[in-house]
Amino acid sequence: MHFHLTEEQIAIQEAVRGTLADNWPMARLHAFAESDADFDPPSWQALMALGLGGILLPDSGMGLLDAALASQIAGEAAAPGPLIGQMLAVHAVALSSNPDVAGFLDDLVEGATVATLALDGSDHVQSANAARFFLTGSRNGPLELVEAGAGVTITPMPSTDRSRPLASVTFDGAMTHQLFAAGDPFIARLFDAALILVAADALGGAQKCTDMSVDYAKTREQFGQPIGRFQGLKHQLAQMALEVEPAHAFVWYAAYAWDAQLPDAPRAAAMAKAHLADVYVRCTRAAVAAHGGIGYTWEFGLNYWFRRAIFDRAWLGSPAEHRARAAQMAGW
Amino acid sequence: MDLSYGDDAEAFRGEVKAFLNAAWQPGERRRDELKAYIAEFRTNATGHGYLYRSVPKRYGGSEQPVDVIRAQVIREEFQRARAPMEVGGNGMNMTVPTLLEKGTEEQKELFIRKTVEGEYIWGQGYSEPGAGSDLAAVRTKGELSADGSTWIINGQKIWTSQGMQSTHMFMLVRTEPNAAKHDGITYLLIDLNQPGITRRPIRQMTGEGGFCEFFFDNAQTPVSWQVGERGQGWYVSRTTLKHERASIGSADGLGNQFDKLVELARETGRIADPVVRHELARIEGFVMAHRYTSFRLFSCAAAGEDPGPVSLMMKLALTEIGHEMALLAQDLAGEALLREPAAAGTRGRGPEKWLDQIMGSLGNSIAGGASNIQRNIIAERGLGLPRDLAMQAER
Ligand SMILES: Cc1cc2nc3c(=O)[nH]c(=O)nc-3n(C[C@H](O)[C@H](O)[C@H](O)COP(=O)(O)OP(=O)(O)OC[C@H]3O[C@@H](n4cnc5c(N)ncnc54)[C@H](O)[C@@H]3O)c2cc1C
Repeated sequence: MHFHLTEEQIAIQEAVRGTLADNWPMARLHAFAESDADFDPPSWQALMALGLGGILLPDSGMGLLDAALASQIAGEAAAPGPLIGQMLAVHAVALSSNPDVAGFLDDLVEGATVATLALDGSDHVQSANAARFFLTGSRNGPLELVEAGAGVTITPMPSTDRSRPLASVTFDGAMTHQLFAAGDPFIARLFDAALILVAADALGGAQKCTDMSVDYAKTREQFGQPIGRFQGLKHQLAQMALEVEPAHAFVWYAAYAWDAQLPDAPRAAAMAKAHLADVYVRCTRAAVAAHGGIGYTWEFGLNYWFRRAIFDRAWLGSPAEHRARAAQMAGW
Repeated sequence: MDLSYGDDAEAFRGEVKAFLNAAWQPGERRRDELKAYIAEFRTNATGHGYLYRSVPKRYGGSEQPVDVIRAQVIREEFQRARAPMEVGGNGMNMTVPTLLEKGTEEQKELFIRKTVEGEYIWGQGYSEPGAGSDLAAVRTKGELSADGSTWIINGQKIWTSQGMQSTHMFMLVRTEPNAAKHDGITYLLIDLNQPGITRRPIRQMTGEGGFCEFFFDNAQTPVSWQVGERGQGWYVSRTTLKHERASIGSADGLGNQFDKLVELARETGRIADPVVRHELARIEGFVMAHRYTSFRLFSCAAAGEDPGPVSLMMKLALTEIGHEMALLAQDLAGEALLREPAAAGTRGRGPEKWLDQIMGSLGNSIAGGASNIQRNIIAERGLGLPRDLAMQAER
């Protein structure tokens, strides 16, 4: 029986955290947010150098739980993408029996080529200009890998989440490789994994908002004392912690159930995505309130997490949609 | 992550199962006969090391090394076999651990065995009309008799759960009126059946009894029944409850209640309503987070690691989820709630029985530390925020 993080898992999280602190400080995030770029090579290469690209290789000795722990830290740092897309594309390409894609794997694992998600449509695709591959498909259709280049049209759009800029992408005669045929159970598992990785990103963001608010409450003074001494604010902060702390184990369970292929894994994935999307939005709102005027500024940067919470909630299905699925799966 | 308990534990499970197969066969026994059979079974199970594991053998326990996994296996197998576990209540939860840690040899000998055997039933004498959340404000007075052998007690305790059934009480009494608030309290044990004590049941909002108030008018207890030093009672009462307290089942009650809520939605024909399905799934998100967090706490306890602030949040989380369930239950039961349910345990109760949970969930936000006090604890001890000035001033 082991259901808390191992020292090794904590060390990996620390490594990702340290790498992002060095390569993705607030100044970089600000500069990125003001630019037209939809991809950040330095932080990407630093993360890939840690080996995150290969976590979901079948023989990595790791699994979705480890991928989720990395995604959590990316969420905490509001890191640019497309980490989730890359990890999932590696997983899909590695397990696909299509011989045409096998040659793509090494560069993907190393991060030398970038893959991004265009699941359930391609209206909102991250890092589209940097991507060499688009992972496309739907739960009921086939799963495909589309190559960038001829037949691919990218139209950037102003994006709410400035840390993960989006583009609308259309495919018309682009080079396409089928990875899994419609109906292959792998496809549903890939979608479930995506939900869990987004839930983990939301967990990291919600924890970050809570930590920032608690730190601020200890240093900011009003009425001659730290604002964290005022019970009204104290209880708001306790409420944030009450939302986010128990959610860690929820994400762990969803990832563990997926790795162990437990029968309740698909439902746990849907429930975790819905729950964490709510938690994230509530925590970012509470964080802005807890910071007062500074929290409402562009400069301070809290708004990056606020916007990211909107992204995580809307992307790959709303809480309402996943709760409806979960209700169905429970046989209600 | 790995939710299996390991080969050792599974081998142990086999032993427990075999024991239960042989030793727990209540058959058609009823009333006194069943009672005697249960008492005999408990003694037998204790002899095998399955019950009262934290209690030394000389006081009637089985004195086993701390092992939360084995304790969990025992709980699971006893529950599966519907075999009786330890006698519950304040005695095993509070009196015994406190005595084991802070009691004298005489006190251990006098009280633990009889508590374990269910003969002594303990009331918790903490709250008073003027001391609730501010527990250290207790005013019930204890004075030494002229010969120094006896505490003479005057005052009042209130909200004592199971007070009408209790034979004994552990109580906080002010013995040093001139000392600082927290340093003037002594922790005393007292026999409740004596002329100086009057008890009166208090009806709860549910309409039923459940707790009561006690009036002390020159009540007496021997000085040798004082636990810990004079004036140290506040600190004695903080003795944490160690010993295999972590259990996976700690969140099972909530899960069972959630399953019943889904059942209620079915019974009332509302389960197909998308609004109801959404609300159920939304609430279940919190239930799941709570359940998996209980796994986390259990796993940390088994490994002897500190899980951090999350352990301070379990009570408040449970309370809040209970409120959410109460609100949805109220909508689902609809007009059935216009009818007061028959007493708990009566056959044939309809959806109106949810009134018990609807009201009971409110008790959780008061008993054992009100929710605002829980929030203070989370914020101050968990998040490290500065203490309230008013409270800091009086320490
Ligand atoms: C079902 C039930 C069983 C009980 N069983 C027992 C028992 O067996 N033995 C026993 O000794 N007691 C028992 N109690 C009493 C219980 O411990 C107290 O009721 C509880 O501690 C609250 O105290 P109070 O009732 O005086 O309320 P108060 O302390 O007066 O609180 C009233 C309100 O003020 C708020 N409040 C108080 N102080 C603060 C603060 N510092 N910051 C913010 N808000 C604050 C509280 O949150 C609450 O909302 C029981 C109570 C219930 C409901």
